[in-house]
Amino acid sequence: MIAFERAGKRYGGQTAVEDISLTIEAGEFFVVIGPSGSGKSTLLMMINRMVPHSAGSIRVGGQDILSFRPEMLRRRMGYVIQSVGLFPHWTVERNIGAVPELLDWPQARIRDRADELLALLNLDPGRFRSKYPHQLSGGEQQRVGVARALAARPDVLLMDEPFGALDPITRTALQQEIHRIHRESGTTVVFVTHDMDEALGLASRIAVLDRGRLVQLGTPLELLAAPANGLVRDLIGQEEHGLRMLAVQTVASRLRTGETAPGEPIAASATLRQALSRMVSESADRLGVSDAEGRPMGAIAMSDLLRR
Amino acid sequence: MRTRAHALAAEPLFWTTLGFVVLLLAMPATKPAFAALFPELDRPFYEQDSYFRLALAHLGIVAASSIAAVAVALSAGIFVTRPAGVEFRAITESVVALGQTFPPVAVLALAVPLTGFGTTPALIALTLYGMLPILQNTLAGLASVPGDVRDAGRGMGMTGAQILLRLELPLAAPVILAGIRTSVVINVGTATIASTVGARTLGLPIIVGLNGSNLAYVLQGAALVGLLGVLLDLAFARGLRGLRQWRPPA
Repeated sequence: MIAFERAGKRYGGQTAVEDISLTIEAGEFFVVIGPSGSGKSTLLMMINRMVPHSAGSIRVGGQDILSFRPEMLRRRMGYVIQSVGLFPHWTVERNIGAVPELLDWPQARIRDRADELLALLNLDPGRFRSKYPHQLSGGEQQRVGVARALAARPDVLLMDEPFGALDPITRTALQQEIHRIHRESGTTVVFVTHDMDEALGLASRIAVLDRGRLVQLGTPLELLAAPANGLVRDLIGQEEHGLRMLAVQTVASRLRTGETAPGEPIAASATLRQALSRMVSESADRLGVSDAEGRPMGAIAMSDLLRR
Repeated sequence: MRTRAHALAAEPLFWTTLGFVVLLLAMPATKPAFAALFPELDRPFYEQDSYFRLALAHLGIVAASSIAAVAVALSAGIFVTRPAGVEFRAITESVVALGQTFPPVAVLALAVPLTGFGTTPALIALTLYGMLPILQNTLAGLASVPGDVRDAGRGMGMTGAQILLRLELPLAAPVILAGIRTSVVINVGTATIASTVGARTLGLPIIVGLNGSNLAYVLQGAALVGLLGVLLDLAFARGLRGLRQWRPPA
């Protein structure tokens, strides 16, 4: 879907991003992580030409991004920034309809789409449609920001530390929303963050950047199991390492079929970390496992968590 | 209907406009009053020209120079904030700052040697002087547009013109319109002085009255100019109110 080939960006004498080659597959939730100044935002903005790359090439859907007019390229991509950037003189409805308006959708279709997106992001359309941005809380503003980015059904959603300015509870709620929306819509998401928990919880793959260079690229489990260098180890953190390993794997991966256990079963889609938490709080070394419909599938034991 | 009439009655703009029009039309009828107030004057009422025609000429000069000033200052303000014109920004800001230290009379006096006496130097002076607050507020208004709004617009695929017309100008509009308001009100006053270089405005009776020690003429001209200034100021205040609906309550 998005292919970087030896892409780089230099500002004057300063190198922001250097020699990046990687491919983001369609439908991926691709997280770019790194310390500040690592070039992670620059890498994201190179995709929609907010920052023009100065070396190599970038292709989207097989076509070189330089073959599009920048405006046309950007209208095909949703873009969410940390500061949201809602238009303060427009209602929520018109803000969400901004890109469809640029694409000359008929008014009625824009209105329907805005209502649909408000509902998708758990905002009551009747209550929020006609509000102005200053009447919303920070979390509500970013929900509208995400809705606005999704409005024209973009192939790619670019998110630049979208939840960085929110309080932890709101952030967790929005992470769950975006996870769900990604699963339901199949949109390719490129997501920049400096928060490893956010990255591990959302990503299909993570790219770690340091001083403009790609340090490691892999699934959350690969990163946790084999960090490429000290920086990746630092980002993962030693104290939480074991719990984070459990958090990126599901109960289904350690299921003992055909066995049973007493008590309330745990869902097969739950993480091993959630299973551990249940075992500790219930003083049980075994839990029953059930599928999405609540049918028993088997069991999981404490010792299963220790298996690599 | 009743509430509408009530709203109108509570509107200072309505009463000022009514007062101005009534005073203007009834001006000839006040002649005996001025005769009684100023018994020592031979001619206590300015009759060389009708006040109605002077007021129209006054408004004409203010309108023409204000429209020209808005056109030039707004274009210049937009130009120097675009990438193409950004190198002219510093010099423009200096000219604006310098221009405001000039008294309007000086601008008038400088225009006369270039164009002779009459309406032309008045129009030039009023246009030049009226540009300053508009240009200054255009620059301030555009600078007040939050950077993330511009980034979001650009990032979603707006062109430069769309960012200007849909985001920057509407957001800067209250500040720009405040500049136009200042400019127009200043021009109403400066047009009065323009009578010294031969422009026919409501300032004429004031100048003639000052030269001939005729206080009645001065009063008649000053009352009308004063009301006109207040009227236009209130009209702008009214127009600006509608623009602020999306603003956070102060």
